[in-house]
Amino acid sequence: MSAAATAPGATGTGTSRTGAAIDAARARGGAALVGYLPVGFPDLATSVEAARAMVAEGVDVVELGLPYSDPVMDGPVIQAAAQAALEGGLRVRDVLTAVEQVAETGAAVLVMTYWNPVVRYGVDAWARDLAAAGGAGLITPDLIPDEGADWLAASEAHDLDRVFLVAPSSTPDRLASTAASCRGFVYAASTMGVTGVRAAVGSAAAGLVEATRAAGAERVCVGLGVSSAEQAAEVASFADGVIVGSALVRALGDGGVPAVGSLAAELAAGVHR
Amino acid sequence: MSTDTPPREPLAPSPTGLPEGADLRSAAGPYFGDFGGRFVPEALVAALDELDAAFTQAWADPSFRAELDELHRSYTGRPSILTDAPRFGAHAGGARVLLKREDLNHTGSHKINNVLGQALLTKRMGKRRVIAETGAGQHGVATATAAALMDLECVVYMGERDTERQALNVARMRLLGAEVVPVSTGSRTLKDALNEAMRDWVANVDDTHYLLGTVAGPHPFPTMVRELHRVIGEEARGQVLDVVGRLPDVVVACVGGGSNAMGIFHAFLDDPDVALLGLEAGGDGVATGRHASSITGGAPGVLHGTRSMLLQDEDGQTIESHSISAGLDYPGVGPEHAWLAATGRAQYRPVTDDEAMQALRLLCRTEGIIPAIETAHALAGALQEGRRLGPEGVVLVNLSGRGDKDVDTAARWFDLVSEEDLVASEDLRTDVADEGVHDGPDVVAGGAPQDEGVPPEGPGSRADRGDDRGDR
Ligand SMILES: Cc1ncc(COP(=O)(O)O)c(C=O)c1O
Repeated sequence: MSAAATAPGATGTGTSRTGAAIDAARARGGAALVGYLPVGFPDLATSVEAARAMVAEGVDVVELGLPYSDPVMDGPVIQAAAQAALEGGLRVRDVLTAVEQVAETGAAVLVMTYWNPVVRYGVDAWARDLAAAGGAGLITPDLIPDEGADWLAASEAHDLDRVFLVAPSSTPDRLASTAASCRGFVYAASTMGVTGVRAAVGSAAAGLVEATRAAGAERVCVGLGVSSAEQAAEVASFADGVIVGSALVRALGDGGVPAVGSLAAELAAGVHR
Repeated sequence: MSTDTPPREPLAPSPTGLPEGADLRSAAGPYFGDFGGRFVPEALVAALDELDAAFTQAWADPSFRAELDELHRSYTGRPSILTDAPRFGAHAGGARVLLKREDLNHTGSHKINNVLGQALLTKRMGKRRVIAETGAGQHGVATATAAALMDLECVVYMGERDTERQALNVARMRLLGAEVVPVSTGSRTLKDALNEAMRDWVANVDDTHYLLGTVAGPHPFPTMVRELHRVIGEEARGQVLDVVGRLPDVVVACVGGGSNAMGIFHAFLDDPDVALLGLEAGGDGVATGRHASSITGGAPGVLHGTRSMLLQDEDGQTIESHSISAGLDYPGVGPEHAWLAATGRAQYRPVTDDEAMQALRLLCRTEGIIPAIETAHALAGALQEGRRLGPEGVVLVNLSGRGDKDVDTAARWFDLVSEEDLVASEDLRTDVADEGVHDGPDVVAGGAPQDEGVPPEGPGSRADRGDDRGDR
């Protein structure tokens, strides 16, 4: 079903671009910093500019959110940003444009997307076009590997990374099967809950990282609730990467691109402390 | 964003995906052909596994079934009766129209069948809190009722738009001790209430059961909710055989998420001579883009944990649905219906707001029964089917709910209340307020959640003053 061999951008090296970025950051000491921003908030050009500013200030992996009408894994900050982006007329193809422009920085760029927009686009066509735009892969918050046969095939064909989530409630069996399905890293949700800024990172996080590694994961990054350099440093002490979302989105909303840049710099200092 | 799901190519009837020769009734999920599944965050998988195991075990346990049956007998009022509707039938080509009276159940709709089963299961799983989404408020009221009966904490998420349309049901839920949380994100209707309930569940899954109100959502919900409602069709099948001496020509039901329709269809799935017809909310008409007809006017996709038919634009963004009926105002539909439509076993058609309201009034005037507006969509379908079949035809209708909650909407639609009447009733409220009875905050749609618990007793307390809060 795929035109993998001839697809532009599908170079077929079989190595994870995201994994390489994380390994390079680890080699410099500490952990990798993964920064999330939704495309189209407050508008397409500014969201791209903000993502590039994050990279300039030390973000190793960029996670670009594809705004979706029904974001069940997101808390109020990201929900509001996604809704604003959609009301501003953002289209799925704009996300590919953003990927291309951010990937020019050399950072690994993942798209974080709920599953229906990909289903609608066509799973293989999406993988092909994402690869052609220079994207590294996908993070899929509402797709578990059990339901993702078509994405496993398309990501293989187009040499893309697959990031699935694990949660504190995941059984050892599920940690193992999810880890085996991921390429790049495993996303460990630090708490049972949705995205948002939290005062403390879930105490379950360190244990979850350990269990996920024990289940065979090569790299484990931790997300949900990290907002400060302190928290970033704490998570960096036990994880391969630290994922920050809502705090960056809030900075963009409150202080524009400069605020995103300075928060990214603080967080980067935290993860490499 | 465009307002219309782009058209899809007509599909040939697809195979059932069941083993050769298997009954359609044996379909038990997680997949119904190409539909169903569990498109959820990993954080919910353990809870869904737990629920699946708990339900499977309970459903096979005679003591659980006996407890539920007894509740249905002594609390719900089952079996619900079958009512001949000859004066209504005279408008349906003279066909014999039989009404399965789920409106006579406690709380006024079929929803209680599902809710009592899941509330019993919640206790069995050792959880103490239930959350629910509601559109019309019927499922919320039913959930609040079961929670009161079984001493469970209850939080109901309801789109802000719906709390306004169905203010009386908001008051009912609060009266029953539930917390009602108006949801002001997205389109502020049922789909957003569902999103919010899912978010709550992800965060509180240890002690909370998500008491989903229809045959949608991730496995095991579509299967479990259907199992809990299939009593409707089982009773009705026997009742029709008793009074008519044969099976009906067609079974009709309205389809929102699809629980009352699956409940009555299921018993007839393997009776090839019985046609099954689901009536979707056509709103202003499917061609206008303002409707809630997910099967007729939607395309396959993933929403709220399941792969089914849904209203979406060309980017896969959910399109807001429109219907006069809050209970049908949902852009998705249960996966088993998507499958029955794809295989051709059941047909689905839209009914516009206007057609539904005409059928509603007709039933009131010919039979003395005020149906819910949701149900009125099925009645409009019954009129069409009766005219197609003629006097020899037998049409079984799932009368899924009563219309008390909709009297306000009907009064506006048919201009039943004059300006003077409205002014007079407002004066009355002012009088009450003047007497100092109504000194608390109005419990209005979208207000702060009221979580008063049991009113305190004693001097100066609300009970002492005889304050009924004047809730609207
Ligand atoms: C009376 C009545 N009928 C039908 C419905 C639609 O739900 P379903 O399609 O799940 O039966 C509702 C929902 O609130 C309802 O209250």
